[in-house]
Amino acid sequence: MQKNEIFLEKFDNINPRRILTWTLIFIGGVIMVTPIIFMISTSLKTGQEVYFFSLIPDKITFKNYIFVITESKFGYWMLNSLWVATFSTLSVLFFDSLVGYTLAKFEFKGREIVFIAILSTLMIPTEMLIIPWYMMSREFGWIDTYWGIAFPGLMTGFGTFLMRQFFMSLPDELIEAARIDGWSEFAIWWKIAMPLVIPALSALAIFHFLGNWTAFLWPLIITNDPEMYTIPVGLASFNGEYEMNWEIVMTASCLATIPTLFVFIILQKYIIKGIMLAGLKG
Amino acid sequence: MFRSFWENLTIKQKLAITAWLFLAIPIIFYITIRFYPTYEAFYVSFMKWNLLGAKKYIGFKNYIRIWGDEDFWIVLWNTIKYAIIGVPISLLISFTVAYYLNEIRFGHQTIRALYFIPFLTTAVAMAWVWRWFYQPMPIGYFNIMLSWIGIPQQPFLRSVEQALYSVMAPAVWAGLGFQIVIFIAGLRAIPKSHFEAAEIDGAGRLQILREIILPALKPTTIFLIIISTIGFLRIFDQVYTMSEDSAGGPLNATKPLVLMIYDFAFDEFKLGRASALTVILFLLLLFVSILQLWLARNRYAKK
Repeated sequence: MQKNEIFLEKFDNINPRRILTWTLIFIGGVIMVTPIIFMISTSLKTGQEVYFFSLIPDKITFKNYIFVITESKFGYWMLNSLWVATFSTLSVLFFDSLVGYTLAKFEFKGREIVFIAILSTLMIPTEMLIIPWYMMSREFGWIDTYWGIAFPGLMTGFGTFLMRQFFMSLPDELIEAARIDGWSEFAIWWKIAMPLVIPALSALAIFHFLGNWTAFLWPLIITNDPEMYTIPVGLASFNGEYEMNWEIVMTASCLATIPTLFVFIILQKYIIKGIMLAGLKG
Repeated sequence: MFRSFWENLTIKQKLAITAWLFLAIPIIFYITIRFYPTYEAFYVSFMKWNLLGAKKYIGFKNYIRIWGDEDFWIVLWNTIKYAIIGVPISLLISFTVAYYLNEIRFGHQTIRALYFIPFLTTAVAMAWVWRWFYQPMPIGYFNIMLSWIGIPQQPFLRSVEQALYSVMAPAVWAGLGFQIVIFIAGLRAIPKSHFEAAEIDGAGRLQILREIILPALKPTTIFLIIISTIGFLRIFDQVYTMSEDSAGGPLNATKPLVLMIYDFAFDEFKLGRASALTVILFLLLLFVSILQLWLARNRYAKK
């Protein structure tokens, strides 16, 4: 009862136009997630039932999941993706914020040049660098290694720019005071400045991790050994092999997608805020 | 020795040295992983090279070959089609949703999440889902649904006419959530006083939309146009995964520039020609970025 009262209070100016708007926008939202829902539903179906259009399987089975985990190398792909994305994200958090901080809070000759140089890398598309990167990796034996998958993304111009913007808004007095107290420059950055930009750091971490988790082109090129594939490369390799077994392909797609959905449900507030933040600053 | 040297420095000098120390590793990274490879891409674009043999300088021959290649023009036109059709459609949908979603209070977060979730998915995984939807009867859900309302079977990915749009659809779908969130952020940033003033003047909904909201959202819109144009010009994952026989098919009808680069470089090992294509892609993206600066010049001039 009480809930309804609050509901009515909020909507004292309820009218048909509003109800119509709400309904249409809601239906649109449901349509948006339909592909994901059907993906999940098919992953729970048996082979024969895939041929029937239905949302809820007659008989829910986890056989496909067991099949994908035991018969394909999905376990490897998951670990590879996790490891590469984590390593790369930690590197970006450390270096992008260190560079961003240095460019925001230190005055020295050449600062502008370094900033512009780093910013200019945003103009260079990855696609232009993959051939030289590949040549380099062949030279140094980085093919089929974690380092090979991760090295192009260990620092980013975008993250540096974002972090610089946030560090610039910190008051200089704070840093001056710590200097007078005899703190080292590194400690000032790590212990005073960093905790103050945690929202920006988490936005950057989420972006970078997600970008790595879904990255396809470079991992596709740098890995040949199926045990070194990342999840997207492994999924693409289903082409031909399990092509006609849609329930298997859907199960693998589910396994690739569900972790990010969980993270989103837990961190929804931060993710949306982070996107708004980065979008407005960028 | 070092100690006395350090202590004789002024604070300013000490800070400058610290700054360069902090920047040392990143500078090495940017030079070796960003700038040198960029130079090398240009350099190799003037070479004939098949990865195993020696590089041979051939001047502009790679570019001339590309210019004379009929497939290149098909691929370039495909790439541009992804952008000039995909961008307006996605921005129109995302703005409409953002505009109405912004007014909704009841269940706002949940509905926003529904629109946003596709943005978090892996493109390759979702390409598989859409590819399944596009299958002929009795597998593909789209054809099943069409049969309910009496529309004949559509070939979708297997047709030269429909394949490009069929590949574009999941790319549009996955990008909407991001655009909606950015549009809502833009809408929220408009000062309330503007609306109040307009209401006092007796402006209608449409008038407020046209005279207050749209002008205020201009920077947001430019930002989104550029970001999504660049995204569509670089489309690859969906095309690679959704092609039924050879990647980019049927008959190159869905093939974008990046896939052509991939084929040249890692299938045919024509690294010189592939590099020349990456330079062309770079110039295309540069053109779009410069366009952004030019469109947004008023914004910077005002600040």
